[in-house]
Amino acid sequence: MFEGTSDTMTQKTLSSHHLYWLLVSLGSALALHSIHLPIWITVTTAGLGIWRYFIDKKHWALPKLRWLILLTLLICIGLLFSYGSSFGRDASVSLLLIMSGMKLLETKTVRDYILIISIAYFIVASTYVFSQTASTFLLSLIPLTLLTATLVQTSLPQTLNSRLAFKLAGKMLLQSIPLMLVLFVLFPRLPGPIWGISKDAYSGMTGLDDVLELGDVGHLIRNSSVAFRVQFDENIPSANQLYWRGPVLWRQQQNQWLTTESNVPLSHESLMTTGIPIDYTITLEPHNRHWLLLLDMPTKLPDLATLRHDYTAVAKSPVRTRIRYQATSSGQYTLSSELSPQQRKIALAINRDNNLEAISLGQSWAQLPADVIINKALKKFNQEPFVYTLRPPRLSSNAIDDFLFKTQKGFCEHYASSFVFLMRAAGVPARIVTGYQGGEINPNGNYLIVRQSDAHAWAEVWLKNKGWVRIDPTAAVAPERIEQGIEEALTEMDELPIFVRQNATWLKKAYLNWDNINNTWNQWILGYDNKRQLAFLNKLSGEKLSLSDIAISMIVAMLVMMLVTAVLLLTKKQGKPSLVDRQYAQHIKQLSKIGVQPQIGEGSVDFAYRIGQLLPKQAKQAINIATLYNELKYGPLQNNSQMRQSKQLQLLKQMIQTFHRSKA
Amino acid sequence: MHPTVENITQSINQVILGKHQQVRLALTCLLAGGHLLIEDLPGMGKTTLAHALAQVFGLAFSRVQFTSDLLPADVLGVSVYDRNTSSFQFHQGPIFSNILLADEVNRATPKTQSALLEAMEEYQVSVDGDTLPLPNPFFVIATQNPKHNIGTFPLPESQLDRFLMRISLGYPDPASERSLLKKQGGRALDQKPSTICSSESLLNLQSAVEKIHVSDAVLDYLQALIQHTRTELDTGLSPRASLGLRKCAQAWALCENRDYVIPEDIQAVFPSIATHRLEEDSNTNIAEKIIQNVAI
Repeated sequence: MFEGTSDTMTQKTLSSHHLYWLLVSLGSALALHSIHLPIWITVTTAGLGIWRYFIDKKHWALPKLRWLILLTLLICIGLLFSYGSSFGRDASVSLLLIMSGMKLLETKTVRDYILIISIAYFIVASTYVFSQTASTFLLSLIPLTLLTATLVQTSLPQTLNSRLAFKLAGKMLLQSIPLMLVLFVLFPRLPGPIWGISKDAYSGMTGLDDVLELGDVGHLIRNSSVAFRVQFDENIPSANQLYWRGPVLWRQQQNQWLTTESNVPLSHESLMTTGIPIDYTITLEPHNRHWLLLLDMPTKLPDLATLRHDYTAVAKSPVRTRIRYQATSSGQYTLSSELSPQQRKIALAINRDNNLEAISLGQSWAQLPADVIINKALKKFNQEPFVYTLRPPRLSSNAIDDFLFKTQKGFCEHYASSFVFLMRAAGVPARIVTGYQGGEINPNGNYLIVRQSDAHAWAEVWLKNKGWVRIDPTAAVAPERIEQGIEEALTEMDELPIFVRQNATWLKKAYLNWDNINNTWNQWILGYDNKRQLAFLNKLSGEKLSLSDIAISMIVAMLVMMLVTAVLLLTKKQGKPSLVDRQYAQHIKQLSKIGVQPQIGEGSVDFAYRIGQLLPKQAKQAINIATLYNELKYGPLQNNSQMRQSKQLQLLKQMIQTFHRSKA
Repeated sequence: MHPTVENITQSINQVILGKHQQVRLALTCLLAGGHLLIEDLPGMGKTTLAHALAQVFGLAFSRVQFTSDLLPADVLGVSVYDRNTSSFQFHQGPIFSNILLADEVNRATPKTQSALLEAMEEYQVSVDGDTLPLPNPFFVIATQNPKHNIGTFPLPESQLDRFLMRISLGYPDPASERSLLKKQGGRALDQKPSTICSSESLLNLQSAVEKIHVSDAVLDYLQALIQHTRTELDTGLSPRASLGLRKCAQAWALCENRDYVIPEDIQAVFPSIATHRLEEDSNTNIAEKIIQNVAI
């Protein structure tokens, strides 16, 4: 492309008009990146563009090479400061952006323009390394269209008005859709990402930690981003059944609760279920941790999951891409009817240096039966003035004492941890389970959206003959948190993200619709991985295909498309026959049936006179047709006469039809 | 047909009988602002036509009978010493008029013929180092006899190219000749057509010709015709000829009272524009052949 016409490309310079197009389209590509790159990158690149604008406007000279080199050095130092030595995704995209801005400063010829446009296409594509949502895709269409329009402007010898340029660009983009579909469906998907994306790509992900420190879950609650979505095969269970099991915390260290140490082998807990199995599919958003959330209690696991001894499902590697898995759970169960001495020891261990008041309260219950102890503790939460709030006061190192006897304000993890602490002090084995509770049903897609704000912590106590039993102390304080979701449990004081609040109904409705689009997008566009591709193509072809079959079929499909295009282009006569010509050609075709044909170089009027001699009755009709044809074909096209033009065309069609009907 | 043009043609047709097509072409040539060469045997009405054209537009008309001893000064004018003012006074020649009829133009010497050149192309004459503009409008209507070449100086190609059109009148058909014969007096020049339009309205018509729409499709056809002459014949048509062709087609469309040009307009004027410029024997009717070979 560059070599063939290199002379004209390197010599021909472009007008300001083209430069402005280029600046605007490059600016739109820059805007797409501005949200996730350091501000100075955006500002500098924009500044370079503005500089180029003034160079053109004020007829300044382009900067000399030595200045460009100096500037490049400065930029490299800046990048080094921003990113250090780790040259990952962010640094490389920043470099690409800023260097395209620099390239503007030596842009003169058509070749330079086309080079920058090609780079800008790549810049637009690199957005998808940051985000692959439907909205990102839709947003990226803006710079894509602008760039294509700029390319159209740059490639044509004459300047088009912007409407025509956009029309042509839109047409070209639409024409590329078949190719895109073929590539999407048939390009062999490899298991795992194609590029090794460096660690900084996962820094922004949120999710449950395996450490609970009083204050942590409160942070999660304020985040309305989606944790996962669940599609139930049958009915969605009631809200108080929706406990999504995450890490189980056994060990207390000061104000922290931790999972069991992996080097301490604990026997697998046994599970007996009695309820109806619930089948469901979860689409889990990446959270950069191992947990795979499952409904209490899982009976059938997804392939990729393994169970820990305390029934926490984990994946082999941190979840860094959106994954889908199917599982079966049962709501009625007995977990671990026997407790090993080792487990009992861990489940009773408490730190006896602090929280002495709570310890003595627990010890005062020690002689009572276990279920009475539980009731006593729950009664304490229920009857004393405990308040459910997302803004608890600060707690000292005696956090549990502070909470139980002084502040009495907190949220699920305060209740769960102090409850477990009390149980252990009273000699009842107990542990904290973290995860998510509830979720929001999206009626548009009939699936459940579970957000980070649905994060929850509850307790499990071990009772003889019953095994581990779930006790949710939060329910004793704020039952509506469990029954209706978090927004019901809060007072006006607590700030919640707007989409979680119920009262913003129309906004919420719009949001639910949009979430449904996103869900579909995730499942069908992003979720189209190698397994789905194989399954889909196998179903389509009815045979078992291998990866190489897919690759070959893709190449064949591409070749066929190229061939068809080439044939179409080669056989197409110079210039498409206009509508007028097609109508007239119809007229001539009909006439040739009675043996009359226009001779070479015979104009339509002369031809009409000849027809008139053959068909004297229709002489006038023939001449009228020729006159109208001439007017449409050669006549001046007045402004805003498009309506008239199409009416005239319709008239011509009628006249031709009438002519041939009366001829017969 | 355009109402004014129709009046004019009717008026001329009363004088030149049965030559509708030639009259139309001659008119078209004038509307397109070009010079006209009428070629025919003696006594066919060449001079009558030129005379009628001048008369009908009410233009200043002068006529020069070209002979082998005609000098440029006889056409352009001469400076004469005026004793009263003791200076040379320029006396304008017959060329200072709206229509110059150069009768039997090929009888004059090349020197005199070329004196016409500057006037025809640049609408000005240079005499004694002074450049004098010619009146507007200015046409040259020249006549020549294609046969009986003894003692003539055939016009060179450069001069021929300056004539926008060349037309021949041909023998009249019997009916027209009969009505001519029946006329009292007989001499055609005695009958003068009535003056129908002024020189201003002629200029208006000329500017209207410029505004006739020429679509790309028509230009494609025009270029195809021109290209055909360049590839198929020894000498093709010059850009001046293609410009003239466009302008004549516009003028023809105006005569048809249409505001756009169609291929038939081009075909109508093409032979008159092309034949005298192509190095072929005029009898072979080369232009018609070209039209029949180039697709619209």
